[in-house]
Parts: sequence; C-alpha cells; structure tokens
Amino acid sequence: MTQLIVNGVARELDVEDDMPLLWALRDVLNLTGTKYGCGVAACGACTVLIDGQATRSCSIPASACAGQQITTIEGLRTGDTLHKVQQAWIAAQAPQCGYCQSGQIMAAVALLNETPSPTDDDIDTAMTNICRCGSYEEIRAAIHLAAAA
Amino acid sequence: MGFQPSRRFAILSGLAAAGTLAVGYALTPFSTLGRARQIAAGDGDFMPAAWLRLTPDNKVTVFVPHGDMGQGTHTALAMMAADEMDADWTLVATEQAPADMAFANGAFAKGYLLGDMSIPQWLNGTTEFFGRKIAEFMNIQVTGGSTAIRLTGALGMRKAGAAARAMLVRAAAEGWGVPESEIAAKASVLTHAASKRSATYGEMAGRAAGYDTPDAPLKAKADYTISGTPRQRLDIPAKVDGTAQYGIDVRLPGMLFAAALCSPVAGGRLKSVDEAPARAMRGVSTVVKMDDAVVVVADNTWRARVALEALKPEWDDGANGSLSSDSIHAGMNAALDKGSFSTDFSEGDAEAAIKGAPRVVEASYKVPFLAHATMEPMNAAAWVHDGKVEVWSGIQDGLGGRAATASLADVPMDAVVMHQLQMGGGFGRRAFSPVLPSMKARHIAQAIAASKATGKPVLVTWSREQDMTQDYYREASVARMKAGLTADGRIAGWLHSFTERHDPPEATRIDYDVADRTARYVSDTNPMPWGPWRSVDHTHQAFYIESFIDELAHAAGQDPLAFRLAHLANAPRHKAALERVAQMAGWGTNEPGRAKGIAMREAFGTIVAQIAEATIGDDGRARITRMWTAADPGEVVNPATFKAQMTGGAIYGLTAALYGSITVEKGRVVEENFPDYEMVRMADAPRHEVAIIESGAKIGGAGEPGTAPVAAAVANAVFALTGQRIRELPLRQFDLKSGGKIARL
Repeated sequence: MTQLIVNGVARELDVEDDMPLLWALRDVLNLTGTKYGCGVAACGACTVLIDGQATRSCSIPASACAGQQITTIEGLRTGDTLHKVQQAWIAAQAPQCGYCQSGQIMAAVALLNETPSPTDDDIDTAMTNICRCGSYEEIRAAIHLAAAA
Repeated sequence: MGFQPSRRFAILSGLAAAGTLAVGYALTPFSTLGRARQIAAGDGDFMPAAWLRLTPDNKVTVFVPHGDMGQGTHTALAMMAADEMDADWTLVATEQAPADMAFANGAFAKGYLLGDMSIPQWLNGTTEFFGRKIAEFMNIQVTGGSTAIRLTGALGMRKAGAAARAMLVRAAAEGWGVPESEIAAKASVLTHAASKRSATYGEMAGRAAGYDTPDAPLKAKADYTISGTPRQRLDIPAKVDGTAQYGIDVRLPGMLFAAALCSPVAGGRLKSVDEAPARAMRGVSTVVKMDDAVVVVADNTWRARVALEALKPEWDDGANGSLSSDSIHAGMNAALDKGSFSTDFSEGDAEAAIKGAPRVVEASYKVPFLAHATMEPMNAAAWVHDGKVEVWSGIQDGLGGRAATASLADVPMDAVVMHQLQMGGGFGRRAFSPVLPSMKARHIAQAIAASKATGKPVLVTWSREQDMTQDYYREASVARMKAGLTADGRIAGWLHSFTERHDPPEATRIDYDVADRTARYVSDTNPMPWGPWRSVDHTHQAFYIESFIDELAHAAGQDPLAFRLAHLANAPRHKAALERVAQMAGWGTNEPGRAKGIAMREAFGTIVAQIAEATIGDDGRARITRMWTAADPGEVVNPATFKAQMTGGAIYGLTAALYGSITVEKGRVVEENFPDYEMVRMADAPRHEVAIIESGAKIGGAGEPGTAPVAAAVANAVFALTGQRIRELPLRQFDLKSGGKIARL
C-alpha cells in the first residue's frame, strides 16, 4: 500500500511501486485535471507540486511521494476562491484548447512561490512546458498579472 | 464585397409547412427542428431554431454544432446570435450540440477545417451517411462559400438571434396590446415606454414559442453591441481548475483502461502475438488482437501499458516495409522528372512567357512530413451494449465522427451515440473520415473492439509514441518553381510544379499580377497516410510561393516588399495588409545582428501579411525574436480570440519551420516523442504584434490563416540576415554561421 497526501487528504493506494504518480492520480484517484502528454517529462502537461516543487508526475513513482504534500490543479483553490494564478489565467485569457494549462499553472505557481516578481528571463527559464496552441504570450502576461496581484 | 444570401438561404418562412425538408438556418432541415426541441428544450422553453434556447429564467443557451478546440468558435458563434437577439451577454451560455442531424448543417461537416471551394474527397462519404438530400444541400452551401463563422454564424446564428428577437417583440406587443413598433428590446428585457411596462425575454418565452418563426432582418454592422468587441471566452474558467473534461478524462461506471500498439508500418498487419505474458499480469482483463494492432485491457492505463510492453507481436510489414524518407523524396523527384502532370490551374502560356523572358529564375524546395502532436494524445472510450455503440471522444466533427464510428462498427448511424468531449488540440488530427483509409479513427475502432471483448466500457489511450508514429501526416513534398523576369523587373510567366495536391484547391493561387501562370502536380508519390494539418496545403505552398517571390525580388534587385507591392496593383486588400505590417515592423531598418523577412498569404478568406525578425544563436541556428502580423479577415467577431489565433497559429507554423520533421526508415516513423520532435517553447516564442484590418469584405477564418506564411517569412529573414537561401525545412538542419548543414534529417 502506498500512502499519499493529495490536496491535503490522506489516500491509500494499492498500486505497484513503479506506477508513476500521474497514473495513480488519474486512473486510481480519478483526479483527471493532471494531464498525460508525453510520459517522459518532456512536455510538462502532468506537472504537480510536491512539497511546493513543480514536478512532472509522469516520471516519478507514486511510491516515491509517500508522505509528501502533493498538490494538483484540483487542490489549488481555497474554497470557492480560485488561486491568484488561476484568476490571472482567466484575466489574460491564456488557455486555448486548455489541455496543457493545468501543468502550466502548476509550474507558474511554483515559480511565483520561489520568485514572487519574476522577470521575462525568469519566466523563460522556469516555464518550459509545451503549449501546442502557442499561448505563450498570454501565459507570460498571466504570470506578470499574478505577480502583481 | 458583401455576401448576399440567395433565396435558397432565405430562412424560416417554410417552417409552417410541416414535414418538408426546407432549408433552415444555414441549411438545417426544418423537419428536424421538432427533434432538436425534443432533445434540448424543456417545458416552457422557447426554441426558435435548432441552435437557440431561451428558458423562463431568461437564460439563453446557444447550441454550437462545431467542436471547439481552443479557437474560440463557441464563444464567437454565441456572440453573433446574442447580438442579433439583443440578449444580455452575461445570461448567455453555450453547449456542444449533440452529434445529431437535428443540429446539423452543411458547415458542420465541413467546418473550419478547410477552405470554401469544394467538399474534400474525405468528407464525401460522410454526406452519404446523411442521405442524398443533405449532400445536395452541402453542395449548395459550398458553392456559396463558408467556414464555421462565415456560414453557421453569418447565416445561421445571426438569423436565429434576429428571429428570436422578432418573436419576443411580437409576444410583448400582443401581450400588452400595443404596436410592435413601440416595443424596445435590449439586454434581454422588453419594454414599452409609454405604459412603463417591461418583461424579461424569459417571461415572454412561452408566448413567443407559439409563433411561426419569421425571417427577420439582420442588424447593420454599426448596430452591433457584442460582435466586434473583445469578450472573455466562455470555455476558459473550466480550463484553469481541472474541471474541463477532455476525451481522455472520461470515467464511466465499471470502465476499463486500454493501451494499444499499432503496426509500425503503415498498411502492415499483425501476424501473431503470444498473449500469455500480458494475460498473466496484475489487473489485465484481456488482450484483443486486431488486424493491425494489439490492445491490452486492464484496470488502469499503467497496468495496460506495462502488460503491452511484455508482448512481442510479429508484424507483416506489407508493401511499405522498405520505405524511407530518402526513397520517398527520390520518388517525388523521379515523378517530377517524368513530367506526367495534372493541371492545377493554367492561365495564358507560362512556358512561352518564361522562354521569352530575358532572365529565368528557378529553384527547388522541399518539406518533410509533419505530425500534429496534439497535446492530448488520441484516445476514445466505447461501450457496446443493448444494440448500441456509445463513444466518448474529442472529435472535430461530431456527425463525421458518428458516421465514421458507424462504419467502423458496421452498424447503422442510429445505433451510434457520440459524446463529443473537449479536445486537447485538434489542428486537423481529430477529423475522421469513413471513406479515406488514412483518416480512419483507429483508436475508436480499438475501443469498440475492446468493449466488445469485455462487455464493459473501455477507454483506449494512445501513448505519445503511438500518437506520433501513427498519425496521418502533413505530406512531405517537393516543388520546382520557375519564372521569367522582364528587363524592368516584372514577373513574366510563373510555372509551379509540385507533388501531391490535397486541400484547399486554392492553396497554390498567387495574388500577384502574372498573366501567364501554371500550377501542375503529380500525385500518389508515396503511401504515407495523409490528413489535414492546420492550414492544410497552404503550409507548404505558402513556403514555396512566398520564398520564390522573395528570390525573384532579389534577382530583380528590388526590395522584397516593394517587389510584392508592385505586383499587387489589382489586389488592394493584399497591398494594404503588406503596407500595414511593414509600417508596424519598421521595414527597412534593422537592429545589429537581426534582419526581417516578409511573406503574405490569403487562406480561408483571411489575408495575413507577416514579418519575422531573425537572429543567429551561438549554436548557429536561427532564432525568431519578433513577429508582426497584419490580418484582414474582412470582419472580426471576437478580436481577442482572433489575435490569439494569429499568434498561436504563428507558433504552430514556427515550430514546423524551425524544428518539424517526421522521417521514415524501413517503413517506420523515426520520431516518437517530443525530444525527437521539438516544439517552440516559451523561451523561443517571439514577441508578436497583431493588427486586424476590418476591410468589410466577406468574413474570413481565424484558426488556420496565421500558420500559412510563417515558414516563408522566417526563411526570407534568414536570407536577409545571412544571404543563405533556405529551400528545405526545417531550419534546424542548417548551421547559419558556417553556411553548412549540421544535421541530416
């Protein structure tokens, strides 16, 4: 049994030690907001926070996250209030198809936790997730908006 | 030029004639309105057209018969309906219309995928499923010309909104016993000033529902209050909190999860596979052997994948097992050498004009195959039960997908229930054809087979590797361009020879003044599966045409912008777009170490003039630092999403120009995942300034036109900077410092 703390709730999963966290979240816990994109940590669609660090959940076993605080897109809001990064994402109208945006938002939350007022260079360095729709300018604007909020 | 609806498009007055197949809102058959009401309307709801529902609580729901994959179509179409209706925008919501004929129209099948000239071959089979009448209507529509916004919006949504407004005004007038001319309708409220009475639209819905639907006049553009203003997209809130449901997210009671491995060679067959290793593994339900694939079904995706990896299937590669990119390109060149051309278009005598010109310029270009690489890999859930086939998937064309599913499952259309979910990217990849083998929805076929084998709903999710190696691709192609130049630097004769012609037919058109022009092509040069890819044939044709125009400009010793303008005396909109973008970019001046390239393409009714600014990185590769676009779509509905489509479309094109290449060895696609098939990311994304020119011409598309000119603008910028002419994509294979090739693709 693997013990996970997901969005503040303790969960017990009967999964193999090598099952990536991504599939444990999606198929076992039905937290489908975290997306599968490449399976090799190349695209960032599966990004979650593990103890506050942006982590590509497709390439880390669930068992390696036991006892750590895992935050997914579903756990970002506080009650009815969206996280300031989510609000900024709406204000900047960042998503197009939206599929990569959970991962983009989680990466941005981690960036802003570390660097509350990031420069464009900071954003270039931290935000390496792929958006196939090409919403990068809107994402950049959203991060600056969230930083100013 | 304004679009004049012909009488065939005149709407609604035939509604009273029950049972007749009249032409409804943008060709919705009237006989189906009753069915639409049955599906979507409750008691007391007012549904004046298949796409519009007003409920007593004053809320308006717009049923959109097109998929939205992020291009903002749902919001834009709702804006058009709400504007004519004078509805309060905050009370308007959209829903995906069911994949049901009740909500169909010609534009539905054709959608925003392709241009407006003719029904492409791969959709014709779809129309067959709908019956001959509809196919005829589609042909009527196509003659008129359409895209989602242009037809569904301009002739459907607007008409529906105007009719609803007229019926509500009549209801208020009759209810209050006053003339209709004294009723004001604004922001979902009806008022009669003289008697100080007012009611919400919802309160009048019941009375209005009893009326015949009138053919109400449309607003003049000057009276628009919603169209043309930037509005927040209605689909975005669900896309920032994880609640938007994509095909891959569907979860059904008792659902199983599957992984699939397809024949690595297109057209190959499964010879044999020992299922035992997978069957022995934890959580595995079954192994399904198909003609061209093995599918493992388990209680979660990971277990299905691990079990699939334990299998060692043997494949019969069939005829394509020795195919390679080199052999494909050699075949293309041989076909061009042989010269058995079909004529694309021909005006005047191009060859004679070139022969008579004092200078002749020739160049050959080449582009590779491209994958779509939607962020959400292909997936579908199916549940075969009680004589029905239910499918959940993200598809660009609901009815087409339903028709394709009926064909795959060998059941009638009526037995198929299609649940159309959000698409994590489409770009042409999520359009399926029941007739064109390359565009078969194989993941849907696999889900159906897996559900049949287990009796349960099954979600098949392709790995990224399957998605990339089993795509239907933007074709690789070769073009040979030849033109004459007069002594005073004008083009005399244009001869464009190329391989493979798909859609849209106008993708080879040139807007420049050249009297003698021919485009011709050879077909069937290779068996790689083809499918539409954002902007379709414009992607490479724009690269060929606009690169070659640049070459001609330099050969004539002229500035590339001035050369283009000099050949556009009869194309004022194109000229205006180029002049605008040149002004925005400061054409003619460059920062040290940077240079600009220009290109222009009209695609899907929108003219896009682009300038790219290039620099050379330390690694010798091109980097695009800034871009400018001036786009003339005639008219714009939602300027915010239009701009996002221009910048996003440009990134899609830039990824292809800089990095995109799918290669083939021994019949197998070599690139399997993003490390091999790199994408433009944040740090590579240029700053991009967009200007919209509303010339008042017939409204054009947004999703695809921005992709078309990028490669040429980039290659032309590289030439301006380095003097090295790029005639082969992608750019990453060239070291622009040494002038050599650094990677062989």
